[in-house]
Amino acid sequence: MKRRDLLKLAGATTGLGTLSLAGCAMNAIGAPDSARVLVVGGGYGGATAAKYVRLLSQYKIDVVLVEPEAAFVSCPLSNLVLGGYRAITDITRAYDTLGTAHGVRVVRDMVASIDPVKRVAVLASGGTIRYDKLVLSPGIELMFDRVAGLQAASRQGRILQAWKAGPETLALRRQLEAMPDGGTFAIAIPEAPYRCPPGPYERASVIAGYFKTAKPKSKVLILDANEDVTSKGALFKKVWAESYKGIIEYRPQHKATAVDAATNTVKFEIQDDVRADVLNVLPPMRAGAIALRTGLANANARWCEVDFLNFESTAARHLHVIGDSIQIATLMPKSGHMANSQAKVAAAAIVAELNGWEIDPAPMLTNTCYSFVDAQRAMHVASVHAYLPSEKTFKPVAGAGGLSSAPNELEAALAFSWARSIWADTLG
Amino acid sequence: MKFVWFATALFLAGPALAQDANALRARSLAAACAQCHGTDGRAPPGSAMVTLAGMPAAYLAEQLKAFKAGTRPGTVMPQLAKGYSDAQIAQLAAYLAQPATGGKP
Repeated sequence: MKRRDLLKLAGATTGLGTLSLAGCAMNAIGAPDSARVLVVGGGYGGATAAKYVRLLSQYKIDVVLVEPEAAFVSCPLSNLVLGGYRAITDITRAYDTLGTAHGVRVVRDMVASIDPVKRVAVLASGGTIRYDKLVLSPGIELMFDRVAGLQAASRQGRILQAWKAGPETLALRRQLEAMPDGGTFAIAIPEAPYRCPPGPYERASVIAGYFKTAKPKSKVLILDANEDVTSKGALFKKVWAESYKGIIEYRPQHKATAVDAATNTVKFEIQDDVRADVLNVLPPMRAGAIALRTGLANANARWCEVDFLNFESTAARHLHVIGDSIQIATLMPKSGHMANSQAKVAAAAIVAELNGWEIDPAPMLTNTCYSFVDAQRAMHVASVHAYLPSEKTFKPVAGAGGLSSAPNELEAALAFSWARSIWADTLG
Repeated sequence: MKFVWFATALFLAGPALAQDANALRARSLAAACAQCHGTDGRAPPGSAMVTLAGMPAAYLAEQLKAFKAGTRPGTVMPQLAKGYSDAQIAQLAAYLAQPATGGKP
């Protein structure tokens, strides 16, 4: 196998214009005979994997990152944009540094298909990229078909999700701004697991914070398909009782089945219909579309099972899946911090394997997740997860991890510092 | 092919490569600190997190053990430190005391 031929090029269209310089770039970036890791998806998981394969291989392994978006927009902190406390530019970062500082070749494109046997990915623009190892970090896909009428209402811009930060975040903010005082905002939460367990409750809280000062007669309705608040429950409920009494109402066991965009109404499996002025209906979620198309979503046709030692798919060799799209281990949240942690374990395993070294038999993962409850106060949940070789899975380390005792201003400052640090760790 | 080639390399330069494999494990273990404290323990501009890179290993280990024992208060750190064994703490501290210098690709 000629590694210098790994990158097959077809045509010289935009994204491939970058890649067609590969012959020269490879000499500049690393040894021409180096192995290639292809990373698909530039979120918290993928961008971290791309950077850390470069770092941990001491820049010897060639890395190509394929990502369709021009810039990284953080889901963590995006609820502050909905509350009007931060601008979208505050949570947006460029991909440039991955290239300039770390020699990752960032290709703005989509991966249309992957052949795990030939180890070739085909780009939407038509080019192909061969790889030795592939890291897939596709994030989540919203299952619109599980809530009748939601796809159409979403396309009309009438009922939004804003569960992938970006233009929808701004559009939902505009709906909240346009809502008259005395109106109701309702958020419908799907059954767990879904991306960012405390995210919907944080969103409800910061929007209530906005209403409290700007539209004090308005209400926030939380319509939860789950039996109870799925994360930081006692802390959120205390805040709702103390700070948002009469504003936030929490209703468990509300599983949305349909929406009527004409009347802005949600229908539920059992409970009565709910009409609201601004609706945010989150449908159930599954692994990103490329994972399903590649046959990797082998857990309930929704999530990707992995070998937790190195995050290799149980459905395809040399193909590692990380982030929100995996079938989780016990108490492993689908969070940006966790995706970053998983990316490092996968990157280290890939570097070890490509060097012919034994993979670390006992990798560790951490998670820290801050939630804001208004513009000034935040609280966290933290956990440490150890790989248990005897059980071939990660388990939370007993006695470690925990929650804040209450939301406060110190933790809000820490949350912003966490964001600056993790963005730099992921992208810079 | 690749594995045969690397296996040969390992055979020819065993001790040096075994050392590299251990260095890889130490660096990836310490990467769990980076989400808050910055890559290789260097906090980025604008982050109030402490830069750990270059602190004496004994001091870092002592602080982590104090968080673990509950004798040093904190928000997240007492909770995270309890997840690591003393051997892992020693490994983390040794790496962060002298992290990779980064260099240019």
